[in-house]
Amino acid sequence: MSTNATEPQLDELNSGQIKRQLGRALRRQKLRALLLIAPLLIFIIVGFINPIASMLLRSVENNIVQETLPRTIEALHDWDSDSDELPPEETFTALAADLQIAIENRSALTFARRMNFEIAGFTTMIRRVQREVRGWDVEADGPFREQMIDMHRGWGEVQTWRAIEAYSSPYTIGYYLAAVDMTMVNGEIESMPDNQSLHIMLFWRTIWMSGLICFLTLLLGYPIAYLLANIKERHANLLLILVLLPFWTSLLVRTSAWKVLLQEQGVINQVLVAIGLVADDARLELINNKLGVIIAMTHILLPFMILPLYSVMKTIPPSYVRAAKSLGANDWTAFWRVYFPQSVPGIGAGAILVFILAVGYYITPELVGGPSGMFISNRIAHQWNVSGNWGLVGALGTIMLLAVLVLYWLYDRIVGIDNVKLG
Amino acid sequence: MALPSYASPLQRGWYYGFRVLCGLIFVFLMFPILVIVPLSFNAQDFFTFTPEMLALNPEGYSLKHFYDFFTNPDWQHAMRNSLSIAPMATLVSVSLGTLAAIGLSQSHVPFRRAIMAVLISPMIVPLIISAAGMYFFFSAIGLQGTYWGVVLAHAILGIPFVIITVTATLVGFDRSLTRASASLGAGPMRTFFKVQMPLILPGVISGGLFAFITSFDEVVIVIFVGSAGQRTLPWQMFIGLREQISPTILAVATLMVGLSILLLTMLELLRRRNERLRGMSPT
Repeated sequence: MSTNATEPQLDELNSGQIKRQLGRALRRQKLRALLLIAPLLIFIIVGFINPIASMLLRSVENNIVQETLPRTIEALHDWDSDSDELPPEETFTALAADLQIAIENRSALTFARRMNFEIAGFTTMIRRVQREVRGWDVEADGPFREQMIDMHRGWGEVQTWRAIEAYSSPYTIGYYLAAVDMTMVNGEIESMPDNQSLHIMLFWRTIWMSGLICFLTLLLGYPIAYLLANIKERHANLLLILVLLPFWTSLLVRTSAWKVLLQEQGVINQVLVAIGLVADDARLELINNKLGVIIAMTHILLPFMILPLYSVMKTIPPSYVRAAKSLGANDWTAFWRVYFPQSVPGIGAGAILVFILAVGYYITPELVGGPSGMFISNRIAHQWNVSGNWGLVGALGTIMLLAVLVLYWLYDRIVGIDNVKLG
Repeated sequence: MALPSYASPLQRGWYYGFRVLCGLIFVFLMFPILVIVPLSFNAQDFFTFTPEMLALNPEGYSLKHFYDFFTNPDWQHAMRNSLSIAPMATLVSVSLGTLAAIGLSQSHVPFRRAIMAVLISPMIVPLIISAAGMYFFFSAIGLQGTYWGVVLAHAILGIPFVIITVTATLVGFDRSLTRASASLGAGPMRTFFKVQMPLILPGVISGGLFAFITSFDEVVIVIFVGSAGQRTLPWQMFIGLREQISPTILAVATLMVGLSILLLTMLELLRRRNERLRGMSPT
């Protein structure tokens, strides 16, 4: 557009048309961009977001009680759960009928396992009555109340019935209560006794240990990033390899290296004994406890702190510090008042990244943590493998995911996801 | 950061003290790797340095743990699995990821921030949650315990890395080159493969390397989504470390450190090439 004089004329003539054409071109551009993104976006939403969302829904789902015992729940409507009396004979008859069908469908044990999460020993209660119930004629063999109580006294306890009634709706907050160490007794929410309250303690431990690890990586990472950013680039690139090699080395390799090093008969104890710092019969316990997890995870996550710090520090012009010094600041003041504030974005980026990663760690605590170094992830895996309590897995997972998503959002705010740098 | 000649003794002390401190931290960073490599050549089944090893006596060293790795059917099965899963997962994440990254770097993308957040999320969500969710989903569609199930799950994990590296390369991409190509009569496909692709290739390959190492190194997802038939190298190591820890693990670890060095070298070469190419382009 070298001739300015012709422009206004052109605008007046065709402005509507040009605007329309530009709009169309823009729309086409947007559409093309979206078409390129679509395959991946659909893949991630279907294969990743959807599975996680539906797993998390399991934390409130509770169809099984209603599906297995429809008649019993119907009958329980007339029963006053606040009274200390057992439900009437009709309820037991309904239960017998429900259980007969459930045994035939082979869903009785699944149901029993579900209720077992709420009432310890419920599986036994079902097993005891199972054989008899199968042979009963629901019309003729009553009354069932005394017979069932004879087979297992659990059927004669009001608590059992209150629990069945409490968990009869298709949705429940029971798993969330369990996830924060509470339980619903007689329709009221109570804390579990201290010897059973594991989850709050684990959440708390995961948070404070991740915080500590985050702080340690900052403490060790800051000097390294500072050094790398302030020496000749040629040297920095060489030293950077010492950071990148551990970063690229398999997580499992590094964890197993620490496992080997920290053992009672491992290299570190060997050295300490050899130089006489530690007696041979008093070797340090460095593994299968919190200390082992902290050492190993600090090492593993250190590059995730150094790299963002370094990329921010590289952009800090050295002239600022020089200016501060020429104006009379001593070394410390120049660093603390001029350099450090400019490196804060790097600290934020590194700290949130390390914290997010640490909170979700499973492998390292599992291998070097022992029972006292367990994180919440390990508890989730345990609930999965051993108890098969998927509702609780969902509830614990939701709480953890929410915490991580808040941090993720914060990270996006402070750093921007586009600015994540790798190596 | 050179020390000026007029530095006071305190400054001098601080200068050298700081370097010693950094040296110690570097030692901490490299220490596990430096120790585990020589230990894997131990002639004994110990996890410590034997007196023979410390005396540098050749009899203290042997390749027997490596021999065990290459002859043990369990480890070989695991290695074959890893080598067949990781490249396929890489292929899926690189092809879909590169397309999406090109889309994302266009000038007008609606909901760019939200889309980016979704695509990066597999990197952020704790692995155990992804693993549990994927288990149910892959069981429901019949992919749990199959080769393709593990490949797709690993591809999802690798995608954030591809997106990050390729979008970073595209930031410096000179868009007038594609316009020039189009004005000279090349179709979109030809422009993509002949003009755009060679220029962003370093980013694509380094994204691919990240995706590869992510899959090659991954344990949690494969345990949930795979079955014994898909037992990978990290899975086998995980079992070995949980139960009876055998020195063969050290040999595997040394081999994997070798692989990391290889990948790191490739990445460094790519980075240099990328810088050179960018230096030539007029932006």
